[in-house]
Amino acid sequence: MTEHSNLRRAFLEVSDLSVQFPTEDGIVRAVDGVSFSIERGQTLAIVGESGSGKSVTAQAVMGLINKRNADVSGQANFDGEDLVAMSDEDLRKLRGNKMSMIFQDPMSSLHPFYRIGDQLTEAINAHQKVSKTEARDRAIEMLHKVGIPLPAKRFDDYPHQFSGGMRQRVMIAMALINSPSLLIADEPTTALDVTVQAQIIELISQLQREFDTAVILITHDLGIVADVADEVAVMYGARVVEHGSVDDIFYHPQMPYTLGLLASVPRLTQVRNDRLDPIPGNPPSPLRLPTGCVFHPRCVYQDEVVGDLCRTQRPDLESVGPGHEVRCHLPAAKRQAAAEVALAALGRSST
Amino acid sequence: MVILLLLLTLVVFILFSLLPADPARLTCGKGCTPAVLEANRHKLGLDLPVIQQYWEFMKGLFVGRIYAADSPDPVVCNAPCLGYSFKRGEEVLVLIKDRLPATIWLALGAFILWLAAGISVGVYAALRRGRWQDKTVMGISLAGYSLPSFFLGLMAIFFIVIRLQLLPYPSYVSPFENPIQFFQTMLLPWIVLAILYAAFYMRLTRNQMLEVLGEDYIRTARAKGLPERIVIRKHALRAGLTPIVTAAGLDLAGLLGGAIITESIFSLPGLGSLAVNSVNDADLPVIVGITLVTATFIIVANLIVDLLYAVIDPRVRLVS
Repeated sequence: MTEHSNLRRAFLEVSDLSVQFPTEDGIVRAVDGVSFSIERGQTLAIVGESGSGKSVTAQAVMGLINKRNADVSGQANFDGEDLVAMSDEDLRKLRGNKMSMIFQDPMSSLHPFYRIGDQLTEAINAHQKVSKTEARDRAIEMLHKVGIPLPAKRFDDYPHQFSGGMRQRVMIAMALINSPSLLIADEPTTALDVTVQAQIIELISQLQREFDTAVILITHDLGIVADVADEVAVMYGARVVEHGSVDDIFYHPQMPYTLGLLASVPRLTQVRNDRLDPIPGNPPSPLRLPTGCVFHPRCVYQDEVVGDLCRTQRPDLESVGPGHEVRCHLPAAKRQAAAEVALAALGRSST
Repeated sequence: MVILLLLLTLVVFILFSLLPADPARLTCGKGCTPAVLEANRHKLGLDLPVIQQYWEFMKGLFVGRIYAADSPDPVVCNAPCLGYSFKRGEEVLVLIKDRLPATIWLALGAFILWLAAGISVGVYAALRRGRWQDKTVMGISLAGYSLPSFFLGLMAIFFIVIRLQLLPYPSYVSPFENPIQFFQTMLLPWIVLAILYAAFYMRLTRNQMLEVLGEDYIRTARAKGLPERIVIRKHALRAGLTPIVTAAGLDLAGLLGGAIITESIFSLPGLGSLAVNSVNDADLPVIVGITLVTATFIIVANLIVDLLYAVIDPRVRLVS
């Protein structure tokens, strides 16, 4: 990310993005100084637990956060324009056009009262003037592309006549119908059957290749991440705590939270009675983020840092390799040792 | 549906027969002798047992009936005969037909006004949830909701007609005879009724909109880049319409049975005032007739609302 900025801007470059919601109980810091970047044709996975700020980050990029209820600050440079500073109307013109989004729950994401064909052509007509028949043809072609059988017939069906997987395909067709250059997929497979999950992910990748789309994939499914992501940003407590290539994250993780995340993934090779290692404790409330490092209350290594830094000082994102950054006070040697122990543990349970 | 209506007439009949008032006594006037009273009672068919009276009524409905057939001046009432009011010397069906236009005009006008006002203000309040506009609207709606119609109606007459003399004193004419006088007469009752109902529809619409605006498909509509006004009208309002249609259908049907208080205040010759007068006079045939007509409206409205559901929500449609 940072290595690009001196030479030229990345296709989408988010820097220091923060989203705060003032509520009666205090300020909710949903996103706190998040930075990442992505090029066309690439996939960035944002992983993290529920409430870590993944979805809000995506919605802020899309301009779907109502500025009346929230403070959005920072920058999101998208093909030369700052999405954060942009007017609502300009954002609207980009949404569904140059950038689009698919959501977690396909069962509730389509309007139940309108034919899916009409919902698709609506997306076309929102951005360009085309004739009715042309819009219809394009919608049917898109339905065909996402693998809906008999698309010309299904065009006139209502969402309740589709299964969950098929609805997610319709959502993908709708998101890609104007050939966007950025697609944000917010947990696109969470609500689907496992067999359908793989199909949907494959479909997204395939269309990504076809349209040369930049994809931000928000998920907590590390298996999917390993499959399709080029880069990974690990979010915890509204911040990016580790960022790097897939190899960096899976084979050279540095941040204790990432280690915990990897350790909590079930493995087929695992010995039957061997229990998973969940990260102890609970994610922090965005109303009261911990001081210092947001992860310190759950971090087993916090005592190895001298001077109580973890509790008092917010660690910076520190570069530990090309394109690999970590937000942790632990000295490099100790991080390395921790990572080796954790990976060895994973290796041990796989023997 | 028909069975429901029949049951309803039966209930009204039985309730009425339990009343302490004697309808025959009321037709008889001051210098009443027992002989005249008895004759009247026979003429009205009130000397028969309740069940037989009911049987006669049903017969009249389908084949017509003749009142006081054995007297020198029998009254013929052709099918469908809702009964004959000796008090008014008129067939009930004719009475109702005479009174229906005023009621229909009143109900329709108020209906259009309150739907337009209620829905638009409700949407507006929902879009400004929690802010002063929302709070003001909700406050006003609470006030409108709690004001009794006789208070609103009397105040309207007192200030607008008597004090400020902006409108002439209400006197109903058919809109086809004198449209200007018709509108001058109907304006206040329309507004008074509309305020009462609109208050409820504002709240209903606002709550519906708030619920729907949180739905995933609204987020999808925004993510598509649709202009906000289309998101609100086409996606949100349509989805929140179902309960509004239900309430609107039933409210309109109820009003078609006569807005008793409003009609009385503005001296509109509608079903409501006819019903009140008939109850005062213990004019059984008229009361049964009005009940039947009102009930029919409500049942038909229910049916229409059910059919509208299918128009609004494709999930309700039967698979063809």
